[in-house]
Amino acid sequence: MNSSETFLESKLPLLFAALFVLGLIAPFAVYPTFLMKILCYGLFACAFNLLLGFAGLLSFGHAAFLGTAGYVCGLMVRDVGVTPEVGILAGTVSAGLLGWLFGWLAIKRTGIYFAMITLALAQMVFFLAIQIKETGGEDGLQGVPRGHLFGLLDLSDNIAMYYLVFAIFCVGFFIIYRTIHSPFGQILKAIRENEPRAISLGYDVNKFKLIAFIISAALAGMAGATKTLVFQLASLSDVHWHASGEVVLMTLLGGLGTILGPLVGAATIVALQTQLADSVGSWVTVIMGAIFVLCVLSFRRGMVGELQALIKRSGVN
Amino acid sequence: MQLKKFTTTACAAALAALSFGAQAQISGGSVKIGVLTDLSGTYSDLAGSGAVLATKMAIDDFIANEKPNFKIEMVTADHQNKADIASNKAREWIERENVDTVTELVTTSTALAVMKVAKEKDRVVIMNGPASTPITNEQCNDVSVHYTYDTYALANGTARAVTQQGGKNWFFLTADYAFGQALEKDAAAVVVANGGKVVGSVRHPFPGSDFSSFLLKAQASGAQVIGLANAGADTTNAIKQAAEFGITPKQSLAGLLMFITDIHSLGLKPTQGMFLTTGFYWDRTDETRAWSKRFFDKQKKMPTMVQAGQYSSIYHYLKAVKAAGTDDTTKVMAMMRKTPINDFFAKGGQIRDDGRMVHDMYLVQVKKPADSKYPWDYYTIKATIPAAEAFQSLAQSRCPLIKK
Amino acid sequence: MEIFGIPTALLGSQLLVGLINGSFYAILSLGLAIIFGLLNIINFAHGAQYMMGAFVAWIALTRFGINYWVSLIAAPLIVGIVGVLIERLMLRRLYKLDHLYGLLLTFGLALIFEGIFRDQFGISGESYEVPELLSGGVNLGFMFLPIYRGWVIIASLTVCFGTWYMIERTKLGAYLRAGTENSQIVQALGINVPLLITFTYGYGVALAAFAGVLAAPIFQVNPLMGSNLIIVVFAVVVIGGMGSIMGSILTGLGLGLIEGLTKVFYPEASSVVVFVIMVIVLLVRPAGLFGKS
Repeated sequence: MNSSETFLESKLPLLFAALFVLGLIAPFAVYPTFLMKILCYGLFACAFNLLLGFAGLLSFGHAAFLGTAGYVCGLMVRDVGVTPEVGILAGTVSAGLLGWLFGWLAIKRTGIYFAMITLALAQMVFFLAIQIKETGGEDGLQGVPRGHLFGLLDLSDNIAMYYLVFAIFCVGFFIIYRTIHSPFGQILKAIRENEPRAISLGYDVNKFKLIAFIISAALAGMAGATKTLVFQLASLSDVHWHASGEVVLMTLLGGLGTILGPLVGAATIVALQTQLADSVGSWVTVIMGAIFVLCVLSFRRGMVGELQALIKRSGVN
Repeated sequence: MQLKKFTTTACAAALAALSFGAQAQISGGSVKIGVLTDLSGTYSDLAGSGAVLATKMAIDDFIANEKPNFKIEMVTADHQNKADIASNKAREWIERENVDTVTELVTTSTALAVMKVAKEKDRVVIMNGPASTPITNEQCNDVSVHYTYDTYALANGTARAVTQQGGKNWFFLTADYAFGQALEKDAAAVVVANGGKVVGSVRHPFPGSDFSSFLLKAQASGAQVIGLANAGADTTNAIKQAAEFGITPKQSLAGLLMFITDIHSLGLKPTQGMFLTTGFYWDRTDETRAWSKRFFDKQKKMPTMVQAGQYSSIYHYLKAVKAAGTDDTTKVMAMMRKTPINDFFAKGGQIRDDGRMVHDMYLVQVKKPADSKYPWDYYTIKATIPAAEAFQSLAQSRCPLIKK
Repeated sequence: MEIFGIPTALLGSQLLVGLINGSFYAILSLGLAIIFGLLNIINFAHGAQYMMGAFVAWIALTRFGINYWVSLIAAPLIVGIVGVLIERLMLRRLYKLDHLYGLLLTFGLALIFEGIFRDQFGISGESYEVPELLSGGVNLGFMFLPIYRGWVIIASLTVCFGTWYMIERTKLGAYLRAGTENSQIVQALGINVPLLITFTYGYGVALAAFAGVLAAPIFQVNPLMGSNLIIVVFAVVVIGGMGSIMGSILTGLGLGLIEGLTKVFYPEASSVVVFVIMVIVLLVRPAGLFGKS
C-alpha cells in the first residue's frame, strides 16, 4: 500500500462523518421521498457491489432479491398486520434464504455461466410473481401501510420515514464496510484476484463465495423491503431483469469496487430517471444509453473510481 | 416536442381585481393540473404526448370560452409504466408543487398507486388510460374519476354484439396476467348470458410475439369467434398471424381491448370486419370531426378515445372548479358529480359515486379496404350502446362507497 | 388419434410451428455465438440490430418502393455496416477487458437504437406485407401452412448451415478459428486479424438483421420487437455452449420445438421453460451441450 492510498484511507472516517451529517440534514433541503429512493437503490447497489466489486461475481439476477423481499414485506405488513420493522426483517430473511438457494446452485460455475444461472433463476422468480395471486400480478401489491415503527412512531410522516430509511441504509452500509475490511473480505479479494492460489492456500473457496452471496442477497432484500414501505407498494418491475441490469449500471457508473461508488451511481441514475424524464420525454432512454456507452469507453473506473485515481495521482506527484 | 411546463395567465387584470374574493379560494393562486402518463413506453401512442396535447387544448379552450378568474398551469411527467415512479411523482407534485389533480394514468398499476396517494393527500384523480374495473370496485375511493372506458364496457359491448349476431362459440386467447384474465372473465360472462358458449381458452405469456401455436389451438377448437383478451403489440401480432394462417375470415376475431392506433398500425386488410367497442370515434359527428381535425393538425394522428376523453375530463374538471369557486377536492368532486357532461365526447355523461363516468359507448366494425375513402376512415358505427347498459350497473358494484 | 389427450394433428402442427420459431432462434443465436467466439463480446445489441433489419426493410418498401427480395440482401448489408462502425469505433477498445464491459457497451447501444426508433416511428408498430410470391398457404392435411413460414425455415437453415460450412470447411473459416485460438500466431502468418475481427462482427450483426427482415412480414415491425427476444437468445447460446457454431444452431432449433410442446401442455410457462432448461444444462454440463470445457 503506497502513501497516497494510506492517505485516502486515513481520511475515510472524516468523509463518512461528513456524509453522515449531510444525510441527517438532507431532508430539510431536498425532497425526502426522492432521497429515500436514492438510499434504497444505493443500498441495493452497495449490496450488489459487495459481490461483483469485492468477490468478482457478476450476478444478473439481483432483482429477484429486491422484488421478493418487497413482496414478503408488503404482504406481512398489509395482510398479516405486523409492524414495519418486523416486515423489513421478514423481507431481509426471505431474500437471504433465496440467496442461499441461488448461491448454492450458481457458485459451482464461474464467469458468464454464473451470471446466466442467476439470470435464469431470477426469470423463474419473475414467472412466479406473475402466477401467484398474492402479488397482485401486474397491478402490483398496492396499499401497503407504512404503519408505526415498534408500534409507536408514525411513519406516514415523510421525515420520520426518511430517518428510518437513513438508519437502515447506515446499518446496511456498515455491514458491507465491515465485511470488506474483515479477514473474510480479504479472503474474498484474494479469491477474486487468483482463485487457484486461494484454493491452494487451503481455503474452501465456495463456502466463502456462498456466504458473500447470501450477505449480498439479504442486503438487497433489505433495500427492497424498505422500498416497499416507502412507496407503499411492490410491483413486477422490481423483479424484472431490467432492474437487475440497472443495478449493474449504477455500480459501474459510480465505480466498481469502491465503497461509495454504488451510492453515487444510484443517486445519478435515480436523479436522471426522475428529473430528466420530465424534460426530455422519450429521449430519456437514448440519453441513458449514451451515458453507459460513454462510461464504458472513457471512464471505466466510474465516477468515484476516477476521482480516487485523480487524488492518488496528485498525491504521488 | 418539448412539453415541460405550460403556464397561462387567465384573463384581464380588471376582471381579476373584480373577483378578488373568488380567487382567494384557489390554493396557491392557480389550478395546477398534472398529466402523468406513459411518454416513452408501450402505451405512448394511445395516451402519451397526445394526452398532453389534449390537456393543453382543454386548458386553452377553457380560458378562451369560459374566461376564468384563476390561473391554470400544467405539469407533465413520464411514469414509464412503473407504479413506484408514478406514486413518487404524484406525491412530489402534491407535496411540493401543490398540484390539484393528477390525470391520465394509463396502466392500472400506476393508476391504483396514485389513487392511494391522492386519497391520503385529498386531491382529485382523473383517469383516462387505465382499463381495469377494480378502480371503481374493490379499490374505489371518493376522490377518483374513471372517465373514458373500462374492460367491462369493452368486453360487454363487443361480446354481446358478436354473440347476438350468431357468434355463439367462443375461444379466448388471453394474456396471462390479471388484466387479461379479468377481460376474459367479463367477456365470457356476457357470452354465456346471451346464449353463447365458451369452448376453450389459452393463456399466453406476456408479452408474447409468436401466437401461431395458440391460434392453431383456437382453430382446432372449432369456435366461431376468437376473443382476444390482450392488448397492444400482443393483439396486433395475433391479428396479423390469424390472417396469415388462414384462420380469418373462416373464424372471426373479436378484439376486447383495441384502439384506433392498433387498427392504424395493422392496416385494414387483416382487421376488416372485426367488431370492437370504443368510447369515441373521430368521424362520428360534426362536433367530433371538428375537434379531431384540430387535434390532428398538431399531432399528425387522429385522437384515440383516451386522448379525447382526456380533453373532455379536463374541461369538465375546470368547469367544476369555476362553478364551485374553489379547488377544494370535496367541493370540486361534488360539483363534477352534480354536473352532467355534454360535449363532443359525451352527451348526458354522469359521474357516479363509485367514480365511474357513464356515457354512451359505440360498437363499431372495421371497414373493408375498399370502403375506406380517406385517411383514418376505419370504422362503421353499428350501434350506440346507451350509457345505462354500457357500464357495470351500481347493483353489481363491489365498491364499498355504494350503499345497498 | 391422440397423445396425452392432444390430437396428433394438433401436436404435429405445434411441432412445425415450434420449428419455425426455432429457425429464428437458430439464426439469431448463431450470430451471437460467432461474435462471442472471436471477439469475446456478449453482443447485447443483437435484439436491437434484429429490429433495425426489420425497420430498414420496412422503410425501404414504404419510402423507396424497394421490394422484399432486395431488402433481404440490402438490409443486412446496411445494418452490418453500422456494426462494422461500432466495432471500429468502440468495441475495439474493450477486447482486453472483462466480458462485462462489452456487455454494458452493447446494452447502452441497444437503448440508444431502440430509443431513436421509438421516437421516430412510435410504439404501435408498422405492417409489412408478405411478398406476392410467398403469399397464400398449403394444406398439409394436419394443418394449413402459410408458404411464407415454410420459406422462413428454408432461408434460415440455408444461411445457418452455409455459415457453418464457411467457418468449418473453408480457408477463411480456418483463419477465423485459428484467430480465436491464438490471434498472435495468425497475425504472424500475415493475416490481418483486426480486419478479420471487424468482418466477423459485421457478419454477426448482418445475421441479426437478416432475421429481422425474415420476421418483418410475420410480426409487427416495432421498435421493441427485439428487446425481450435477446434474453431468450442468450439462453440458447449458453445452453448450446458459448461460441459453439453447430451448438447454437441445433440448440436454437431444439428449443423452438420444446417451446412449441410447452405451448401445448402448459402455455403459461412457455416463456420460462428456456431458463429452466438452461439451469439444468449448466448444472449437468458446465460448458453447455456442445461446448468444450
